[in-house]
Amino acid sequence: MSVHEQFAEDLPLYALGTLSEDERFALERHLETCPSCRRELEVMRGDLAVVALSTTGPKPPARSRERLLAAIAEQPRLAAPLAVPTSANALRRASSGWAVLRWAAAAGLILIVTGLIRQNSSLERDLASLKTRFGGQESKLQQANDIVAALVDPESQKVELVAAGNKPQPRGKAIYQRRNRSLIFFASNLPPLPREKIYELWLFPSSGGAPIAAGLFKPDGNGSATVVNPPLPEGVAARNFAVTLEPESGSHESPRGTPVIMGIGE
Amino acid sequence: MSSADRNPMPSDLALVAAIRSGNQEAMAALYDRYSSVVYPVALRVLQNTSAAEDVLQDIFLQLWRNPAAFDASRGNMAAWLAVIARHRAIDALRRRKPEDDFENVVLSVQPDLALDADRARAMTKVREAFDAMSPSQRSALEMAYFEGLTHAEIAQKTGEPLGTIKTRIRTALLSLRKVLAV
Repeated sequence: MSVHEQFAEDLPLYALGTLSEDERFALERHLETCPSCRRELEVMRGDLAVVALSTTGPKPPARSRERLLAAIAEQPRLAAPLAVPTSANALRRASSGWAVLRWAAAAGLILIVTGLIRQNSSLERDLASLKTRFGGQESKLQQANDIVAALVDPESQKVELVAAGNKPQPRGKAIYQRRNRSLIFFASNLPPLPREKIYELWLFPSSGGAPIAAGLFKPDGNGSATVVNPPLPEGVAARNFAVTLEPESGSHESPRGTPVIMGIGE
Repeated sequence: MSSADRNPMPSDLALVAAIRSGNQEAMAALYDRYSSVVYPVALRVLQNTSAAEDVLQDIFLQLWRNPAAFDASRGNMAAWLAVIARHRAIDALRRRKPEDDFENVVLSVQPDLALDADRARAMTKVREAFDAMSPSQRSALEMAYFEGLTHAEIAQKTGEPLGTIKTRIRTALLSLRKVLAV
């Protein structure tokens, strides 16, 4: 049984939340690089949602409604969110050799992983060639996964090199492939978060539609952070990406905060 | 023209938009629409009316504080609330801090179950699926889903091998998938 098949067998248990912590962690690492397992998980969660929705029972007592309305009357809501200007604070493109190499390596790895996954799917349909080819492909896929894992591992040391004497500036790099909704985002030199704030990555569609939330994150002590394959709608072409500072417990339907870094598609 | 045509029910998104602007009547309307979805799930898990009422209050109060947690891309609202009710009730049952933020619950439910008729059809299918399962499969799935037990805990409770429990849960979910996919 392949590594993928072993993880795929655990998907129902993961969807139900019955895996142990270690098993859950291992599966979540696999999900980061396996679109087919992510899709399967989504379907299972949908099925389980229908089970929950099918639960029958009594209506809540009238006192519950009164209790809720009394509570919300004591907690008036604040005003509507602010829009984010899209032309300000454009992200300066990475210029150091290190950054270029790292982004190029990450982009290449995405293509390798995507290609290998596609090839593996094809191999599964062709059992005759599976035995001769799959071993090698699996090894390469594992190798690519290991490299991606090292890139995104919070324990990995990330050192950015800039011209001597220059103070490192906040910067980020989004590598996005809309066909399979793959998005890997790296950020570095981000300022420490103020209390009760969090960074949020946004995808601005080229259609001009509303920005799409693409992940909340907190940088490590060095200001580095990574977002890998957040849930995104299908087939959205990106005009731009931005990172904003948002309330940790607040709304994430649309950007409220000022952009910290912002870029343009390449 | 019917009265319904003259006074169409506001959509979930319209209610959420009104809640965002602080409209308490919209919040009451959303509660009237979906408390009968949330409460039975919480009650099924907790088996205690007072605890289920607390979960109900907690969920709608959090929705009031943060209505943007729901958007249409996360799935239809009835299913989304049912899943959140299950999560929160199990957290309460196991006396642990809530594990999931509202924002993290994303569902892919086909077909859309916003209409009562669609939900009624889905409920019929779920009943068919559960009836078609063996008693041991059904029991394993219910213990995992409505009691929040891990497969190790189910094995311990039933005295069955761990591998057997895993297989029963997988088979039960596959049976469910087959019926819902039709």
